[in-house]
Amino acid sequence: MSIFSSYFQMCDALPGREGLLNFSLMCNNLPELLKGVPLTLELVFISLTLGFCLALGVALMRISNSRVLNIIARSYVFYFRGTPLLVQIFLIYYGLAQFEAVRESFLWPFFKEAYWCGILALMLNTGAYTAEIIRGGLQSVPFGQIEAARAMGMSGLLLYKRIIFPIAFRQALPAYGNEMILMVKGTSLVSTITLMEVTGIARYIIAKYWTPVEIFLIAGIIYLVINYLVTQIVKKAEYKFTPYLQHPK
Amino acid sequence: MDFFELLAFGDTGWGDEMLRACFMTLLVSLSAMAMGLLFAIFGTMSKMSSNGFARGIGNTYTTIVRGVPELLVIYLLYFGLNNAVMGVAKGVFGYDQYIELPVFLVATLAVGLISGAYSTEVIRGAFLVVPKGQIEAAKSVGMNRFLIFHRVLVPQVLRYALPGLGNVWQLTLKDTALIMVTGLVEIMRQAHIGAGSTHEPFVFYITAALLYLVLTTISSLILNGAENWANKGVRRA
Repeated sequence: MSIFSSYFQMCDALPGREGLLNFSLMCNNLPELLKGVPLTLELVFISLTLGFCLALGVALMRISNSRVLNIIARSYVFYFRGTPLLVQIFLIYYGLAQFEAVRESFLWPFFKEAYWCGILALMLNTGAYTAEIIRGGLQSVPFGQIEAARAMGMSGLLLYKRIIFPIAFRQALPAYGNEMILMVKGTSLVSTITLMEVTGIARYIIAKYWTPVEIFLIAGIIYLVINYLVTQIVKKAEYKFTPYLQHPK
Repeated sequence: MDFFELLAFGDTGWGDEMLRACFMTLLVSLSAMAMGLLFAIFGTMSKMSSNGFARGIGNTYTTIVRGVPELLVIYLLYFGLNNAVMGVAKGVFGYDQYIELPVFLVATLAVGLISGAYSTEVIRGAFLVVPKGQIEAAKSVGMNRFLIFHRVLVPQVLRYALPGLGNVWQLTLKDTALIMVTGLVEIMRQAHIGAGSTHEPFVFYITAALLYLVLTTISSLILNGAENWANKGVRRA
């Protein structure tokens, strides 16, 4: 308790309204904004995990020899990479509710929640981008490696497990790191469909006190810190998995 | 009302409004991209400068703008610029009425700032690819800095940077959807208005999605053409 009271005492000692920015207000509202971080991280984590599974399937469809599977995967990627995430979110949250059939189906408890609509939109969006990243990784595997593995008698799952996936994963890691950052930023859009993550809480506070610049600045700093941590984790992972490509520390 | 009646042209339908909004999206994207390239020129210059202070500014710009959600950048500029202009008007000219900057200007600046941060990285990457030996060779045959820039750097940097700048263009095009929060009537805002007044959200948002698909598809065709043009001097296996 004493930590908090001294924190707020420190906040009140900061310059208030008369300066360029109201620092005591920024400081006082930081704890409130931090309450949105768990939801932001949860949205990022769930949609990245589900999106990755989806993307793996789509990438395999995309490199398969079946024409039908190929066209399905292609159109999915084409649609979700060619339209803004905001349209996708609105289409799922507002658009689907228009239909009687959706409202009466067993899926309605799912589609009426902004939370699930947000996750679905984020997952489908990241799935399309990740599918292309994975495809790029899979296609970067030198054919000689696959030939060599076949010559050793590996095939099917074993070939994928031992040769293709490890090489593709290393190749795709930096691009996937960028996708993770895009996803952290993407979650701020679900504040438009009433979810109270960091941006949502920021908008709520601003509606109460009308101090947009101060509050959005703090929200921006919170995202910056999250993204900094993500890049550090990806850097660590790159160092671990591709030590031969890194500059010495 | 069915789909085609809703999106008819003229007084009864929303077709002409959506089309006009589509042109607005294109206009904002083009001006934001142009502004972004301007930012990128300064960004690249400062990031590649030998002056530590300039490098710091360039790095701060790209790190912050690429690390903060686009929506927040737009909100911050939308409110921040108005506040700043009002503050200056009050402090310098003693004018204390409410001032609102043109929304188009703010939207272009905000999206241009984001676009510029990504373009900076692309252009800087392209400069780094040009081998040092070529610049040394150009110096040794007596070219001055302008000639080196014009004859050696630009043709190659353009070639290397085009695919990346194409990606930035597609990002910029999609980022303009977010400026609906400022009230500028582009595709998303118009779809939102239409959905609100007809209670047919699906029709309007799917139309918006299709319009964006048309824009991104046409631009990727143009960009492919441009890449072929820029690479016509390159020997290929």
